[in-house]
Amino acid sequence: MNLHVDINKRHAERKEFSPESLAKVNELMLDVPEGKHKSAVLRVLHMAQDELGGWLSIETMDYVAELLNIQPIEVYEVATFYTMFHLDQTGKYVLEVCRTGPCMLVGSDKIIEYIENKLNIQVGQTTEDGMFTLKTVECMGACGYGPMLQCQYKNHEFLTPEKVDELIEGYRSGTFEK
Amino acid sequence: MTGRKVLLENVNIPGIETFEVYQKNGGYRAVDKALKSMSPDEIVEEVKKSGLRGRGGAGFPTGMKWSFLAKPEGVPRYLVCNADESEPGTFKDRYLMEKIPHLLVEGMIVSSYALGANLSFIYIRGEFMWILDILEKAIAEAYDKGYLGKNIKGSGYNLDLRVMPGGGAYICGEETALLESLEGKRGNPRIKPPFPAVKGLWGCPTVVNNVESIAAVVPIVNDGGDAYAQIGLGKSTGTKLISACGNLARPGVYEIEMGISVEEFIYGDDYCRGIANGKKLKACVPGGSSVPILPHYLVTKTATGEDRLMTYESLSDGGFVSGSMLGSGGFIVFDEDQCIVRNTWNFARFYAHESCGQCSPCREGTGWMEKVLHRLENGNGNLRDIDLLAEINKKIEGNTICPLGDAAAWPVAAAIRHFREEFEWHVTHREESQTRNFGLISQPVTA
Repeated sequence: MNLHVDINKRHAERKEFSPESLAKVNELMLDVPEGKHKSAVLRVLHMAQDELGGWLSIETMDYVAELLNIQPIEVYEVATFYTMFHLDQTGKYVLEVCRTGPCMLVGSDKIIEYIENKLNIQVGQTTEDGMFTLKTVECMGACGYGPMLQCQYKNHEFLTPEKVDELIEGYRSGTFEK
Repeated sequence: MTGRKVLLENVNIPGIETFEVYQKNGGYRAVDKALKSMSPDEIVEEVKKSGLRGRGGAGFPTGMKWSFLAKPEGVPRYLVCNADESEPGTFKDRYLMEKIPHLLVEGMIVSSYALGANLSFIYIRGEFMWILDILEKAIAEAYDKGYLGKNIKGSGYNLDLRVMPGGGAYICGEETALLESLEGKRGNPRIKPPFPAVKGLWGCPTVVNNVESIAAVVPIVNDGGDAYAQIGLGKSTGTKLISACGNLARPGVYEIEMGISVEEFIYGDDYCRGIANGKKLKACVPGGSSVPILPHYLVTKTATGEDRLMTYESLSDGGFVSGSMLGSGGFIVFDEDQCIVRNTWNFARFYAHESCGQCSPCREGTGWMEKVLHRLENGNGNLRDIDLLAEINKKIEGNTICPLGDAAAWPVAAAIRHFREEFEWHVTHREESQTRNFGLISQPVTA
């Protein structure tokens, strides 16, 4: 629960979309009946998070509100409801490990512990070099392929300590870069 | 029983995700047939005849749901596909969309035509972003080949199809929460009535169907509702995608003909091939985390000693006392080393995390259950806690706008019903309860 939020940490320098992304936003707004363009807010927030620094600062949310011609509060209430949106600054790579039942049955607890030890951080924290943030998430719909984690929309399944070593090395060296 | 397949028959053909290969293997026949020779009402009739029941979990007859759709003059109607697959244990829709996306696109075209929708949506959970790309590619191909857009194949029928992502919220699998989310809002479920069939997306009549249900419309149109109803057993017609997970030798997605026995599904060579690592079966949650857990002696046999079958009726035989539900087909299997208390706590934590917070009984109740179960699991509980859980359960069940509250309460009630001794053991053996390995204390495992 974020009961005592340091609001200063949620501000950042304003960033804007590339012309291509702006064209995509306009296209999304025209995909739905006239006047219903608010529908695009989730997709545009995903685009904003992916392109404008990996998390949603208050400035980014205000920018999205401007683009969609809606009130800032309409963006805030959406961004705070859905768990995929990060409201605090994250590391370059966010490792989201599934912790729900089916993954737990096949050892997600041990994988989480292993990553914590390997990166020397707790769940919710970011490594000192700003490379990795470790999060746990609820069911990712990969129950038959667990334990698993997702990073930048890419699933890494059937995790073992060796595979975790490999993928952390992969991200560090840029092999897994999109 | 032969294992007929009507959805995943062609799934392993190389290149089946492309329009060309999909069409070469009989794809888009249903659209050709429907637009050329069938009226929308005829398609609805075929779906009714097929006996198809909603594959998302509730099992409501799809044809009947379609027939409730209000059709006021001059008001647009919408078809929305629910691809927000997030029930723990369920990953079947993901498999279908990833492997054979055109089957869903084809189903959407035929179903939209049957319902008179000219703009339809696929709402997919945000964590499946790469599948959104797969679907958009398939949709672009369909536009290119004249199967979407204006005047499809010269029929005069127009349809646009869009994919919209969610943002990580289990509650958006509930159809009215999904519609709220599609409108760009928080996923708070709506009070019903009015039902979406009357007031849905943007206040217009809307049908929301699961991915698998919409895909099943394709074989129904191709071969007729009667032929589809021949598959399966009794009122459980057709095939069902089952996503099997947990401690199984071969977890994965299987298309089964409804009516095979649970025993065959768990131990059969064509299916899961038994419990992983040669262990024994302790318990099973057959339809996604929301349905009651079954102890091993009620998994393959019902309380009256009959074979338990993979059908809606047989899995719910015995009601909540000794049965469960087919639900979404998320089949979770526990081996002898698994702790039921720990798992119950884990699921309670899931529901507490995913409660939208709108109704007090669910918002507060799921949190309480999580806390009480956490202290039981860690050896800090007392015997009254077990009854306290039952009390909280009663306060949640039936007192909320949407079924998330019930979904949170049922698994806890069932776990206590069948594994009470294991809960008590956690109280009487505080230190050992930390070792998290007491699989056999509840019942002798024989299977």
